[in-house]
Amino acid sequence: MKRAFFALALAGALLSGTAGAKTLRYANQGDLKSLDPYTLNETTTNAHINNVYEGLVRRDRELKIVPALAERWENPEPTRWRFYLRKGVKFHNGEEFTADDVLFSADRIRQQGSNHTTRIPKDAKFVKVDDYTVDVILGTANPILLNQWEYWMIVSKKWSEANGSAAPTPPNAQTPSYISLNANGTGPFKIESHQPGVKTVFKPNAAWWDKPSHNLDEVVFTPISSDATRVAALLSGEVDIIEPVPIQDIQRVNSAANTQVLSGPELRTIYLGMDQTRDELLESNVKGKNPFKDKRVREAFYKAIDIETIKTRVMRGLSTPSALMIAPELFVFSKDFVRPKFDPDGAKKLLAEAGYPDGFEVGFDCPNDRYVNDGPICQAIIGMLARVGIKANGLIQPKAQYFAKVLKPNGFKTSFYLLGWTPNTLDSHNVLYDIIGCRDDEKSARGETNLGGYCNKQVDALADQVLGESDQAKRNQLIKQAFQLASDDYAYIPLHQQALAWGVSKSLKLTQRADNAVVLNWIVKD
Amino acid sequence: MLAFILRRLMQSVLVLVVVVLLAFTMFRFVGDPVNQIVSLDTPAEQVAQVRKSLGLDDPVPVQIIRYLYHVVQFDFGISYQFRQPVVDLLAERAPATLELALMSSLISLLVGIPMGVYTALRRDGFFARLFQSISLIGVSLPTFLIGILLIYLFAVTLGWLPSFGRGQVVTVYGRWTTGFLTASGLKALILPSITLGLYQMTLIMRLVRSEMLEVLRADHIKFARARGLTTHSIHFRHALKSTLVPVITIAGLQLGSIIAFAVITETVFQWPGMGALFLKAVQNVDIPIMAAYLMIISALFVSINMIVDLLYAFVDPRLRTTIKN
Repeated sequence: MKRAFFALALAGALLSGTAGAKTLRYANQGDLKSLDPYTLNETTTNAHINNVYEGLVRRDRELKIVPALAERWENPEPTRWRFYLRKGVKFHNGEEFTADDVLFSADRIRQQGSNHTTRIPKDAKFVKVDDYTVDVILGTANPILLNQWEYWMIVSKKWSEANGSAAPTPPNAQTPSYISLNANGTGPFKIESHQPGVKTVFKPNAAWWDKPSHNLDEVVFTPISSDATRVAALLSGEVDIIEPVPIQDIQRVNSAANTQVLSGPELRTIYLGMDQTRDELLESNVKGKNPFKDKRVREAFYKAIDIETIKTRVMRGLSTPSALMIAPELFVFSKDFVRPKFDPDGAKKLLAEAGYPDGFEVGFDCPNDRYVNDGPICQAIIGMLARVGIKANGLIQPKAQYFAKVLKPNGFKTSFYLLGWTPNTLDSHNVLYDIIGCRDDEKSARGETNLGGYCNKQVDALADQVLGESDQAKRNQLIKQAFQLASDDYAYIPLHQQALAWGVSKSLKLTQRADNAVVLNWIVKD
Repeated sequence: MLAFILRRLMQSVLVLVVVVLLAFTMFRFVGDPVNQIVSLDTPAEQVAQVRKSLGLDDPVPVQIIRYLYHVVQFDFGISYQFRQPVVDLLAERAPATLELALMSSLISLLVGIPMGVYTALRRDGFFARLFQSISLIGVSLPTFLIGILLIYLFAVTLGWLPSFGRGQVVTVYGRWTTGFLTASGLKALILPSITLGLYQMTLIMRLVRSEMLEVLRADHIKFARARGLTTHSIHFRHALKSTLVPVITIAGLQLGSIIAFAVITETVFQWPGMGALFLKAVQNVDIPIMAAYLMIISALFVSINMIVDLLYAFVDPRLRTTIKN
């Protein structure tokens, strides 16, 4: 009798324990591959690790840069920055956070094996002034230095060195690395257990320096790659958040009693690019010349694309057509740019003027598992181009093969392609430099992702001015001029910003940030 | 006999080497692993450095020989995506796959054999026809569709069973994780093992049915009838017994393919097994995982085949004499 009573009491205690504990179960399409914050530069991994490790700065709900591990900073001269570190911050293992950790992390992220080397300029020197003050001396002025520092996450010097993880794990490592399975950050959550590709359990960090906005006791993260299974898990209440919801299931998730879809524009711009460097296209029936060198042909392609139909039919309303190579959230003057009207007859006329009254054939490279509905978008575009006489021979393939074909290591082997881009810095200069900049200088990193090789030296000159200009108003004017030149040249055909779509249980209150990061600290569960 | 075994072993090694060669030739078409390791805006020099450090700029024959050299020391390398030894990753996931395979085989035998017997005995009965039609569905519907249908019915609509994962697992014997010991683990096993076992089940059912029909026409059954044995005893003691020999052979051989083809089922149910790991590896061009998985699966097939061959030789005296000569 006594024992039965005890068992009952125990069961009661366990039950109330589970009822009181707030566990967030969260499923994502992508894996959390490595816990080492420097090995992989990828949205899913960065965003998740950022709940555990923190940078000197972080981004708030509107993506504005705000202080984190650095309490404040100043920029007394264009090439010198001074950071005042927050005092009393502790790593999860109890160690104090000091300037030594910042210096160590600055070295570590720029070493071989790191995939984040571009976050800090190569020639930047870090000088310890005292335990809580660090100076950064730059080779050249950089007003957007902090723009990609939210994912430069600070690791503990002592802990990394003690565990043989002083250098980032290179891909050819011979021994497993401790830091890729264990974490010791300063952030609001600790890692309780991590099984790569299977399950990761987070627990709140009671000793966090900031006041938590969440009310969670545990977070269980599971990657679920199959779309149908992920949606089923949300509908059956086995998980509380899924990311992303496939477009075709949005209505279903919204019509269920306990779930809804949160959607908003994402920062990534999806666009089409054209080979404008080769004298003869690799994949075309036009021999001896490159039709894309003719601006009229590029304009004709632009006008042949019915972006509204792509939005309503292919994207089911979940896209924002774009006239610019950067998302409107990231550039104040984006409203001044408008797409040329959809005009198939005008396109035909332009093609005829350029000497292709019957159109021509061109290869069209496209991924089918990288962006939202990327394959169907390409199929729609093939149909639209056919109406103006262009026969685009689509090669729609998985991203592994697609990227292997079109990127620089393989010699940009494409004539016409679809790609998406989010500037790492969330700033226009990155787009002007990486995508629109000339790639003719072998030694420079400019234009490395400019697969079509569009080149306008005036744009490059403006981009260089943008980099050094710290007056925000002047800087925006320069950016606008550069974008205007590229738009007038029809350098690229921007399509749209795809929408974010998270499926969430109605018992949650959370903030969806436009960079698609799931910030656990902003989640409140009823 | 010893010479026979040795010869078979030599052949097995040859098969494994051929698998590695074929795999490496195929890997050249799955994409560039370096692009999956770096991001789009990684500087080109760094990309080249990664390629060099992985030895991917060497000619393919050099890569193959280097790989074989490591494999004979049981070193399968480090996964590109996870930066963990491939052996650890596969070992961690093997229990999930093996438990799923075991459960599917059990289901396919325990359901398939009675259904086969029934359809053979009551050839024109309503249920026999029903089972036959169901088995057609089992053979013709693709696995992922069956899985998704089951999820929608039992997880989303009825809410009885979980839609993904292994539930709560318990670690036994140091590293082996098992779902057999917890209620949620057992519940999580049901849908995936039905999905994976359905094809085998229909196969076994049809096999049992046709074997049984044949055996029922055989002489010893006629004699048994003539001796006046009960129908029950004839069907289940005599006929079924002789039916089961080929069935067990097939079921044994199929165990290999259940393990190998769990890829789809594991992906649909997010089952943390080797198959799901393999599929992810293909998408991310994680060559060390792909190569190791293919090696393991081919080693599995080779050894199952060898065991079956040896058993045959053991059971069938006629074969033994040919081996001797």
